[in-house]
Amino acid sequence: MSQSLPDANASTPRLPPRGALRRILEAIGVQNVSLLIALALLVAFIGGQNSNFFYSSNIATIGTTVAIVGILSVVQTVVMLLGGLDISVSSQAGLTSVVSAMVFMATQSAFAGIAAALVLGLGTGLLNGVIIIYGRVNAVIATLATLAAYRGLANLIANGRAQGYTGVDHVFIFLARGTIVGIPVLIWILVVVALLAQLVLHYTDFGRNIYAVGGNATAARLAGIPLNRYILAVYMLCGFVSALAGVLLTARTGSGQPTSGSQGLELQSITAAALGGCSMQGGKGTIVGTIFAVVLLGVLQNGLIILDVNSFWQDIAQGALLVIAVVIQQRRAGGRGIGLPM
Amino acid sequence: MLKGSAMPPAALVMEGVDKHFAGVQALSGVRLTARAGEVHAQMGENGARKSTLLKILSGAYTPEAGRIQIDGKPVTISAPADAHRLGVRVVAQEPEIIPYVSVAENIYAGALPRRGRLVDRAALRAKVAADIQRSGFLGMIDPDQLGNSLSPAQRQLVEILRALSGDVRVIAFDEPTSSLSDRDSETLFALIKRLTASGIAVIYVSHRMKEILHIATRVLVLRDGQVVGERQAEETNEGELVRMMVGRDLSALYQRSAHSPGRVVLSVENVSSADVRDISFEVRAGEVVVLAGLVGAGRTELARAIIGDVPLTAGEIRVDGQALQLRSPRDAVRAGLCLAPEERKAQALLMKRSVRENISLAVLQRLSRWHVVNRGEERQLAERYLRELHIRTPSIEQEVATLSGGNQQKTVLARWLARDSKLLILDEPTRGVDVAAKAEIYAIIDRLASRGIAVLVISSELPEVLGLADRIVVMKGGRVSGTIERADATEEKILSLAILEKAA
Repeated sequence: MSQSLPDANASTPRLPPRGALRRILEAIGVQNVSLLIALALLVAFIGGQNSNFFYSSNIATIGTTVAIVGILSVVQTVVMLLGGLDISVSSQAGLTSVVSAMVFMATQSAFAGIAAALVLGLGTGLLNGVIIIYGRVNAVIATLATLAAYRGLANLIANGRAQGYTGVDHVFIFLARGTIVGIPVLIWILVVVALLAQLVLHYTDFGRNIYAVGGNATAARLAGIPLNRYILAVYMLCGFVSALAGVLLTARTGSGQPTSGSQGLELQSITAAALGGCSMQGGKGTIVGTIFAVVLLGVLQNGLIILDVNSFWQDIAQGALLVIAVVIQQRRAGGRGIGLPM
Repeated sequence: MLKGSAMPPAALVMEGVDKHFAGVQALSGVRLTARAGEVHAQMGENGARKSTLLKILSGAYTPEAGRIQIDGKPVTISAPADAHRLGVRVVAQEPEIIPYVSVAENIYAGALPRRGRLVDRAALRAKVAADIQRSGFLGMIDPDQLGNSLSPAQRQLVEILRALSGDVRVIAFDEPTSSLSDRDSETLFALIKRLTASGIAVIYVSHRMKEILHIATRVLVLRDGQVVGERQAEETNEGELVRMMVGRDLSALYQRSAHSPGRVVLSVENVSSADVRDISFEVRAGEVVVLAGLVGAGRTELARAIIGDVPLTAGEIRVDGQALQLRSPRDAVRAGLCLAPEERKAQALLMKRSVRENISLAVLQRLSRWHVVNRGEERQLAERYLRELHIRTPSIEQEVATLSGGNQQKTVLARWLARDSKLLILDEPTRGVDVAAKAEIYAIIDRLASRGIAVLVISSELPEVLGLADRIVVMKGGRVSGTIERADATEEKILSLAILEKAA
C-alpha cells in the first residue's frame, strides 16, 4: 500500500500471472470458471434432492426452455458490448409473435408469417436506434418506453388475446418439437445464433468495432468508426433476433401471444448477460459467458419447479441474481464511486 | 531562513515537497512560505506544476515527502476536509457549481443554517447578503440566482465566497482573473487587499505579469516542479521573471534531422469555430509545426475543428489544395488527417483491450477480407510497430492499461502510422510521459517528418516547442498572436506572444 501511489493506475507494467493453475484460469476466464462451479453445485444440490432432475427428458426440457431466453441473451450481450441496453426485447418478441400468427392465418403460409415477423423486428429495432441516436435519449429510457409501447401495440392488434392457431402447420411444429440428430430444433437455433454471434464478434471487423465503441466511444469516433451506423445496426439486429424469439414463441404455444410467455424475458436476458460477465458500461463480455449464465438460470428455474418451490420465488431469485451479478462486476472493476453509478 | 524581526509571521510553510505521477517527478523539494498579510504570487510556464502544488495544499493530492506548517505547527493535509479545518482555502479556476440551486445554497452547501430539521431560508439569505456586502461584491451577484444562470465571473465569486466561510488562515487563488473582466478584477484586488489587511496569507497563481507586479508582495517562480527563485515584487520586473520561467535545458532530448518541407498538405484559411477566431496557417509535408500558447488559448479546440469534430463557423480547411467539408472525424481520417488527443486514456485508448487491438483499430477494414480480420497480418502489423517505435510491453496481447504513459502514447502513434496518415495532429504528445520516453517520442516525430508526413504538434512546454518545431504558431485567447520561424525562435519570444498584453 505504501508503495503504490493513489493515482498511479498506469505506472508500472503488471507482470503476467504465473503458475499453471493460474494460467488455465486466465484462459477460461475467472468469470466462466465461477459460473461453472456454481452450475456444478446447483446441479449436485437439485439432483441430490430429487433424482428426476437427471432424466434425459428433463434435460431436454431445460434445453428447450432456455432456447428462447438464450437467443435473446446472446443479442442482449451484443447490445451491451456496444454500451447500450435493450429492455424492449420482450415486447418486440410479443408483438412479432402476434404478427407471425396473424399473417399465417391470413396467408396460410408459415414462411410469410415468419418473414413478416422478422421484417417487423428489423423495423422495431430501427425505431429504438433512431430514438436513441437522433433523439439523444438514454438507451434505458428509450427502450423502457418502447417496452410499454410495443406491448400496447401487440395487445391492441391482438385484442389482448392469443391469436390464430399454428399447431397444425408442419413448419411451426418442426420449430417447436422437431429434432435434428436427436437434438431439439430449438436448441439448434440457440447454438447457431450463439455461434454466429461469437464468430462475428471474434473474427470480423464489425465485432471488433463493437467492442471498441463500447470500450471507448470517443476513441472509436476519432479512429473513424461510424458510431451511429453501428448503434442502428445493433438495435436492428436485436429487433430481428427478438422477432425470431417471437416466432419460436408462436411455434411453442401454437398461437400468437401478445404478452404471455414473453413478459419478463427482458429481465432474464439482461441478468444472463450480466451474470455472464458483460459489463454494464460496454466493451467487455463474451458470448460463452452469457451461454453459461443462461444454462445456470435455466437449471435454477427448472430446479425450483422440480423441488416444488412457490413460483413467485423465481422472480425474487431472478432479481437477486441480477443485483448480485452487477455488484460482483463493480467490485471487480474497483475504483471508488461518487454519486450515482453510471 | 528569512526570520528577520520585521517580517510578519509565516502563516504557511511548505518544505521539501515531492510528488510523482506514474513514475514522473512532478514536484521536487519545493519550499514555499506564505506570510500573514502578504500576497505571495506563483509564476511558471505551463507544466511548471503550479496547480499540483495547490492541489497538495487543498488535500486533493498527497505528497510523497515534505512538511507543512500552519502558524508554526506541523500539520498533515490528507483530504480536502483537513485543509478546510486548518483554515486553508483554494479557490479553483473552474469552480464546481450546483446548477439548479441558488447562489446562497451553493455557497453554504453542506453547512446550511437550520431551524430544527428545516433549512432556515431567511437566515441563509441574510448570511449570504452580509457575506456579499463584506466582500465588496454588492450588486455583482444575487443570492437567489440559480447556479446554471451564473456567468463565469459570478461562478468565480461563488467560489470565493465559499472559501471565505469559517476561520481562514491561508487562501490560494488559481488564475482567478482568467474569467473576470477588468472591473471585476479590480474588485477582486480590493478584496485581496482587505484579506491581507485582516492578517490572512494570500497565495496568488497567475500568468498575468501586470497583475502580479501590481498586487504581489513576493513572487515565487517554479519550473519543472522546482523552485527557481523568489523575488520581492518591488525589486523585480517582467523581463527578469520571464527569464526565470524559461531556460530549461533539455536540448539533449532532441534529435533532429534536416527537414525538407514539400507541398502544402494542410492549409487552414480564416477558420473560426465556437472557440477560435480567424485562424490561418499552413503545414507542409515533412515539416513540424507547433501550436504554442497557454492552456486554454484554444489550441485543442482548433485541432477538433480541423478534424471535423466541431463545426466551422467560417473559413476553410484545405488538404492537398482541395477544400474539404468535414462533418465528422471519420471524414478527416479518410482524408488522412488524424488526431492523437491530449486525453490519451479517455479519448484515444481502449484501456481494457490489447496493444494489438489498439494499434489495428483504425485499419481493421484494410486488414479484413469479407470483413474477416486477418489475424496473422494484424499480429505482424502490431509486432512491426512494437519494434519500430520500441513499445515496451511483454507482448502484443498485453492490456494497454498496464503500460506506462510513454508506451501508451507510442501505441496511439502506431495506430496512426498504420493508417498512413498525411497529417498527424499530436495534442500534448508527451503529457504524463517520463523523460526517457519523451526523447523517444521526439525521435519518432522527427522520423515521421523526414518520411514526408506533415506534423502539427500542440505543446505547452517551451523547450519542447523549440526542440520540435520548424515553425511555431502562437495562440492567445482563441486567435493567432504570432508566427515564428525556427531560426528566430526563443523561449522569451514565444512566452511574450502567449502571455503579454502587447507583443514585445
